[in-house]
Amino acid sequence: MVIDKDEVVIRFSGDSGDGMQLTGTLFSNTSALFGHDISTFPDYPAEIRAPQGTVGGVSGFQVHIGHKLVNTPGDFADVLVAMNPAAIRANAHGLRKGSTIIYDSDNFTEKHIQRAGYISDPFTEDKLDSMHLIAAPITSLVREALKGMDIDPKTALRTKNMFALGMVYWLFDSKLKYTEDFIEEKFGKKPVMAEANSIVLRAGYYYAETIEALTPSYRVSPAPIANGTYRNINGNQATAWGLLAAAEKANLRLFIGSYPITPATGILEELAMRKDLGVKSLQAEDEIAGICSAIGASFTGRLAVTSTSGPGLALKSEALNLAVMTELPLVVVDVQRGGPSTGLPTKTEQSDLWQALYGRNGESPVVVMAAGTPSDCFMYAFEAAKIAVEHMTPVLLLTDSYLANGSEPWKIPAMKDLPSIKVPLAVKTEKEYLPYERDPETLARKWAVPGTPGLEHRIGGLEKTIKGSVSYTPENHEYMVRMREEKVERIVSEVPDLEVTGKDSGDLLVIGWGSTYGHIYTAVSELQEEGYKISSAQFNYIRPLPKNTDEVFAGFEKLLVCELNSGQFANYLRMKHQKYTYHQYNKIQGLPFTIKEIKEYCIKLLEGK
Amino acid sequence: MNETNTMHYVAKDFKSDQEVRWCPGCGDHGILASLQKTMAELDIPKENYVFVSGIGCSSRLPYYMNTYGFHSIHGRAAAIATGIKIANPDLMVWEMTGDGDALAIGGNHYIHAIRRNIDIKIILFNNEIYGLTKGQYSPTSKKGLVTKTSPFGTIEEAFKIGELTIGANGRFFARTVDYNLQLSNEVYKEAARFHGTAVVEVIQNCVIFNDGAHDAFTSKENRDDNTIVLRHGEKMIFGKNRDKGIILKDLKLKVVKLGEDGITEDDILVHDAHEPNPGIHYRLAGMTLPEYPVAMGVIRAIDAQTYDAAMGEQHERVQAASKIKSVDDLLMSGSTWEVK
Repeated sequence: MVIDKDEVVIRFSGDSGDGMQLTGTLFSNTSALFGHDISTFPDYPAEIRAPQGTVGGVSGFQVHIGHKLVNTPGDFADVLVAMNPAAIRANAHGLRKGSTIIYDSDNFTEKHIQRAGYISDPFTEDKLDSMHLIAAPITSLVREALKGMDIDPKTALRTKNMFALGMVYWLFDSKLKYTEDFIEEKFGKKPVMAEANSIVLRAGYYYAETIEALTPSYRVSPAPIANGTYRNINGNQATAWGLLAAAEKANLRLFIGSYPITPATGILEELAMRKDLGVKSLQAEDEIAGICSAIGASFTGRLAVTSTSGPGLALKSEALNLAVMTELPLVVVDVQRGGPSTGLPTKTEQSDLWQALYGRNGESPVVVMAAGTPSDCFMYAFEAAKIAVEHMTPVLLLTDSYLANGSEPWKIPAMKDLPSIKVPLAVKTEKEYLPYERDPETLARKWAVPGTPGLEHRIGGLEKTIKGSVSYTPENHEYMVRMREEKVERIVSEVPDLEVTGKDSGDLLVIGWGSTYGHIYTAVSELQEEGYKISSAQFNYIRPLPKNTDEVFAGFEKLLVCELNSGQFANYLRMKHQKYTYHQYNKIQGLPFTIKEIKEYCIKLLEGK
Repeated sequence: MNETNTMHYVAKDFKSDQEVRWCPGCGDHGILASLQKTMAELDIPKENYVFVSGIGCSSRLPYYMNTYGFHSIHGRAAAIATGIKIANPDLMVWEMTGDGDALAIGGNHYIHAIRRNIDIKIILFNNEIYGLTKGQYSPTSKKGLVTKTSPFGTIEEAFKIGELTIGANGRFFARTVDYNLQLSNEVYKEAARFHGTAVVEVIQNCVIFNDGAHDAFTSKENRDDNTIVLRHGEKMIFGKNRDKGIILKDLKLKVVKLGEDGITEDDILVHDAHEPNPGIHYRLAGMTLPEYPVAMGVIRAIDAQTYDAAMGEQHERVQAASKIKSVDDLLMSGSTWEVK
């Protein structure tokens, strides 16, 4: 029996050492190559190897594949691959009715069951009896499949994930080729391992075929996607590549000074790879040195970047102010995670918004932007760099764990189609170079780069006059504070208008910012189909806000701000656009929204009127 | 080293239009003068100099140099200088810092710049006190020093800058005194010619908050007997009458008198600043009164690859091997698929 479906959500789940992230990624890439639209969401513990078999140690990877365009990794799974009882416990509430659970029955021993917190039978206790349960003795089948090979038993069992993957491929009628190519490339130098993985992958596939009678199998046709060349990309990679694209367009060398921090490290890793494109990367001794080295590089006329997450941004705040004061271009990427303090390092949250806007001493305006989807990070990183350079200002780009690790197919742009970037370099003229002389339109100062004869000057963190001399004059300070503020405000001319999804007026406008785009968009689209007078608007520019914001808000009876914090953006809007009443829907669980919960809240609000 | 100077600068070319605001009598005036003299004598275009500083009295110096300058934030000069040098290795980067700036709040950046061997010149003004905040003890203050924040005397051991620097795998360490323009000029030039992180500790006097802190070896009556100027290849002889020397005995340095106990010049150590083993340099840099004279001059100067040079080489190697020559190449690399 084959079931045709528009979309399916698959979740791979096991111990953090079980290779679930890789399994999920391989499945996603295979699906994308087949032509599905996909959206992925890895969800893993902070510990590299948490205690085996415990719920805290469960690592999951969710893939949403669709014949339609998909905008989120999906609320509930149709297929769960569970390598142990803890994986059942961790996902029991994230399954759709009637979903399929494939599990390694060898791991459902009394000891493992108890370690996961169950007393007797996990499926009865979590009321999962009615699901399609596929008990596969994966561990013993893998052992059997690799019998006689020159491979130690422990290493042999590391291929268990390939067995599960093979089963899922059969379930979805997928080709094994992409994964086999991957195995060959990865284990090219260890032919025994390549062979073992390949054997196990096929063993899983054929095992699923053998037990076919017991299971439904799914078929998802390719999605109607615009023509072009595509690739899968995650948020951190897209961010890194967007910065590279900006550097090339601006004809500037890229410099990144960063310190490893979850979940932002991928950006530094990606750029450290790109020496072929001339990127200079420094893994600094700490977060502060990361941003300071970037400021130094910016002073010398490079496109300078530092990447971090919330705790790192806190450490960088004094130096970020130095960039504000010296009016040097700088891109700061904050890949947000759950806070405060160390908080939830591997979980997602939108709680650094106020830190980004206001977390510095003195009056310190910086541009704040937020990307909406993993592939979106490319364009917003590009724009962040463009604004930073053209307006001689630091720009803070907010992404988050959900975007950083999530991936989706991305239509590859051609560099020639990207906008040009004009660099306001100072050149030697008859006139004396004044460091803080401003462009009358943008108020940006000119960038005088060391090595240029005749433009020698001094800048620094002390308040300065237009000439760059230190000044404690009261009027000068007020003037400069206002100039820095005004300079950032004028960037509004670069900010695209806020777009409304749906009609320009109605009963409810659902407002979001950044990475909640997919969930809000999907929830609101479904409600529109159900007949509600509802629209959505997603902000990517936080400071300055798009100039038509007021106009958009005015068209709706009620405004609802959905965000993954206690209401930071809602309160910001209350300050910036005071005449409206803002309802809030907030979630602070380290997880993205589900479509279901947004819909339910909207309906409550709509019907409460 | 002989070099032809094609730039024809004079010290005045390096004076900026800013009024110098240090206290009258401050040792910083001497440091500024000798640096300006040094810059004029080096064969480097003025626009290629960048003076970077943190916060403190010493850190005001970039304002007074008519070069590119960056007066940054407390403790971070080494990190900013690192970024400048990596981003553009053609620049000659001088970091101006003090004992509080470099060794307290900026200690981390200080040791890592040295460890990486970034080609920057760190001029560390050591007055053993916080001056700009008006007289609190610093990481180099002598134990027991009474200051506003140690009204009963400090209970902390002080850092010895030379030991710290060499301990962080420093390849170049020198010491001079603020008022000694000639020695300073000599040492700064050596630092400038050295490839790698060069640390120069300048014994500097704060006339207001720690006046005379170094008098035991810097005052006119003490300096000849209580300091030794080390020069590569020269005997370690010192004293008003040049009758004292240093020998190595039982793995320890020892001050001896020439002519006593049969000691002749032949027994005296010859300074080898290029000896890679840091042991002897560590001991020389750590010499303190009353047992030893304080060492001046270039104590250690070891050639090693600089970070910026290594990065340049790595870039060339990767670029020659990589198929990715543009962002378009990168975007199309790896697994892609066509939708038609």
